[in-house]
Amino acid sequence: MTAATYFFAILFYAATALLVVGLIYKIADFARTPAPLLIPTTPAPTTTGGVVFRMFREVALFESLFKSNLWIWAFGWMFHMGLFLVLARHLRYFTEPVWTWVALIQPFGLYAGFAMAAGLAGLWARRFLVERIRYISTPSDHLMLALLLGIAATGLLMKFVMHTDIVAVKTFFLGLMRFDIQPLPEHPGLYIHLGLVAILMIVFPISKLLHAPGVFFSPSRNQADNPREARHLAPWAAKLDAK
Amino acid sequence: MAGPEIKAPPFRDIPTIPALIPGAMAASKPYVANQKVQEGIGFRGELAENWQELAIEKMGDLLGKYRSLKVYMDSCVHCGACTDKCHYFIGTGDPKNMPVARQELMRSVYRRYFTLPGKLFPSLVGAKDLTKEVLDDWYSYFWQCSECRRCSLFCPYGIDTAEVTMAARAIMDHIGLGQKYSNEILAKVNKIGNNLGLPGPALEDTLQGLEEDVKEETGVDVKFPLDVKGADVLLITPSADFFAEPHIDSLIGYAKVFHAAGISWTLSSYASEAGNFGLFNGSYEMMQKVAMRIRDSALELGVKRIVVGECGHAWRVAYAFWNTLTGLGGGGTDPFSIELQKQLDPTFRQPSHICEVTWDLIQQGKLKFDKSANDHRTITFHDSCNVARASRMGDSPGGQFDIPRNIIKAVANNYVEMEKSTVREKTFCCGGGGGVLTDDLLDIRVKGALPRMEALKQVSDHDGVNFMATICAICKAQFTKVLPYYGFNMRVVGGVHQLVSTAIKLGDEQ
Ligand code: HEM
Ligand code: HEM
Ligand code: SF4
Ligand code: SF4
Repeated sequence: MTAATYFFAILFYAATALLVVGLIYKIADFARTPAPLLIPTTPAPTTTGGVVFRMFREVALFESLFKSNLWIWAFGWMFHMGLFLVLARHLRYFTEPVWTWVALIQPFGLYAGFAMAAGLAGLWARRFLVERIRYISTPSDHLMLALLLGIAATGLLMKFVMHTDIVAVKTFFLGLMRFDIQPLPEHPGLYIHLGLVAILMIVFPISKLLHAPGVFFSPSRNQADNPREARHLAPWAAKLDAK
Repeated sequence: MAGPEIKAPPFRDIPTIPALIPGAMAASKPYVANQKVQEGIGFRGELAENWQELAIEKMGDLLGKYRSLKVYMDSCVHCGACTDKCHYFIGTGDPKNMPVARQELMRSVYRRYFTLPGKLFPSLVGAKDLTKEVLDDWYSYFWQCSECRRCSLFCPYGIDTAEVTMAARAIMDHIGLGQKYSNEILAKVNKIGNNLGLPGPALEDTLQGLEEDVKEETGVDVKFPLDVKGADVLLITPSADFFAEPHIDSLIGYAKVFHAAGISWTLSSYASEAGNFGLFNGSYEMMQKVAMRIRDSALELGVKRIVVGECGHAWRVAYAFWNTLTGLGGGGTDPFSIELQKQLDPTFRQPSHICEVTWDLIQQGKLKFDKSANDHRTITFHDSCNVARASRMGDSPGGQFDIPRNIIKAVANNYVEMEKSTVREKTFCCGGGGGVLTDDLLDIRVKGALPRMEALKQVSDHDGVNFMATICAICKAQFTKVLPYYGFNMRVVGGVHQLVSTAIKLGDEQ
């Protein structure tokens, strides 16, 4: 077995550990921090069911973004939906036998890779072309887009130009999951793809990618508008009562 | 005030997004609260020597207490969707008035002191030390935010810059850098019971004068009761309603509604203020302290129902926070809430907005109007931000938009809606909300009114609109001041209950 095999094996164990521990820590932190006042952006749903529906529209359709900026919405939605399909398609590397729904979406995944890359390119172009967005962009914003575009480009390269042995890739990852290391194909495109993916996993819990869990914890979106019907009291605030 | 003359920016032909003018408003700073005011409400008298340390400590404290702040600090992706949504950015072109850039003033410090990448690679992720320059920017730009939540409506995660502004102001108060206007008001309400520092006897005189005025005008004995034990309704209204124009005309309107419907009501001299500047400064404790006066007054007077007058942020605090702060509302099972619940009549919404009261009475056929009395007016309605995006009226979402409009249409014949991207939840702030309604900030107030003034100009040119109704004391005061800068008469603004007052038939005169 090659040194690269061991390198990527260790890298993915480490990256997975950091991703999982980091995300659990952040999500627990969000969940633990109280929201002392009811601050949904109104008009807001008055019931929990309504809140679930609002959140679904935000996450699946980017409803607020749609109302605020069609260009960002178009590129952003294209990127995220592409990303979602690509990730779903990738599940075939980690499941044996492959789940039926994962098998069924395989053909769509193909176009999804391109949609994802096009969306990212559009978003990146805006960071240069629109003065206001140029002003608020930090180097890390550009790097994040470069990272994702790099992952998409190397993936598409493997798919269409320099094929790799995907059966062996799958054997490697199934092996990792059983702590039984199998050889990883020797392929520069694959090395880059996997290296960038590991970086993505590591930075996820310490970067703006926290927007993914964050959206579910945003009080202005996840609270029901029912302050006259129910008393909403955070533990630290309850101590101030009746003094 | 010294400095260059304040001028309104020109109307834009097709509302375009302004080009960036960095630093355009960096010099806008409100007066700093003096030592006496600061200490009077429990803050440090002046900027502490170790202010930086104290600020970071306070930020950590707030991050642990407010999920909003923590999630908002972590979640922004710099997508830019909010950049053109703030009236202060539209009116000034200053990039730091773009909501995300305003948040970034705090986020850059958050990253530096509370996140790993910010500690290791500050310039990569835009993290910054909290220096004196950064603090100067905070004091300038967190006092150029009216906490109107328009940005929150448009952000894909609902990131509410108002929450960030409140936190920043709480931190600045904590280190001894308070704003004179807001903190003086907080001192007054704590001492005297209202924001204007109007003592009980003066209030009694004013109300008596009003009774005489109304009697003279209508021939009817409309009462303005004060501190009446056992009245059914306790009315809590912004103190500007007691003396300022055009606010006072709405107060007369409420009194006429209660009179015509035969509802017994009272004002309270102890709780003669609906406004709550604790909200603007992000102080839960202060907000609770101010709100407690209302609880105490309600218990003392033994009323069955609490009604709130025309005031935007006050309605937010009343509707969304009173139950939390004072147990005034339903659902609480603790002794603290039950005490009030036992007394208040659960068949009414607690608290109710005066517009809910009036609209319910209209629907029940208990009020009669002569609509033609308002025929000299062509009316439009300006939604106030705190009512529109932070509260509700009636039983379904959006009632806060429909109920005031329904009332206007019930009392007047000529109603025109403004451009649809500027009304309902998308409404633009008047430019004076959130604690900036002071003359030392007049420049930003005038500029921030631009989007609303453009929409008003359109309906005034095309449809002859000559009256813009609103249900907020701050909107009324702000517009009265800035309308002339845009070539309008200051009397164009007024209250919804001012229109009610004009048209209502008082029953006993027929
Ligand atoms: C619950 C899941 C998610 C939701 C609701 C969500 C939503 C959004 C929205 C609304 C935006 C702003 C518009 C845009 O620029 O596209 C955004 C930006 C972004 N998202 Fe997500 N996202 C999610 C998950 C993810 C994941 C898993 C990743 C990466 C692996 C990701 C990466 C990004 C990046 C890099 C940006 C910034 C794009 C730019 O620089 O303009 N998102 N996301
Ligand atoms: C451990 C995780 C991953 C592994 C083992 C992996 C492996 C692969 C392989 C072997 C291909 C080539 C497919 C083929 O030739 O048919 C590919 C394609 C691709 N990968 Fe990944 N990848 C991983 C994670 C990711 C992530 C996180 C993203 C996106 C952020 C991504 C984006 C893509 C794209 C866009 C393609 C091309 C289109 C497609 O085949 O779906 N990959 N990946
Ligand atoms: S809350 Fe209002 S004033 Fe403050 S940044 Fe957002 S849009 Fe501007
Ligand atoms: S819309 Fe929200 S996520 Fe986008 S830049 Fe503004 S605050 Fe950040």
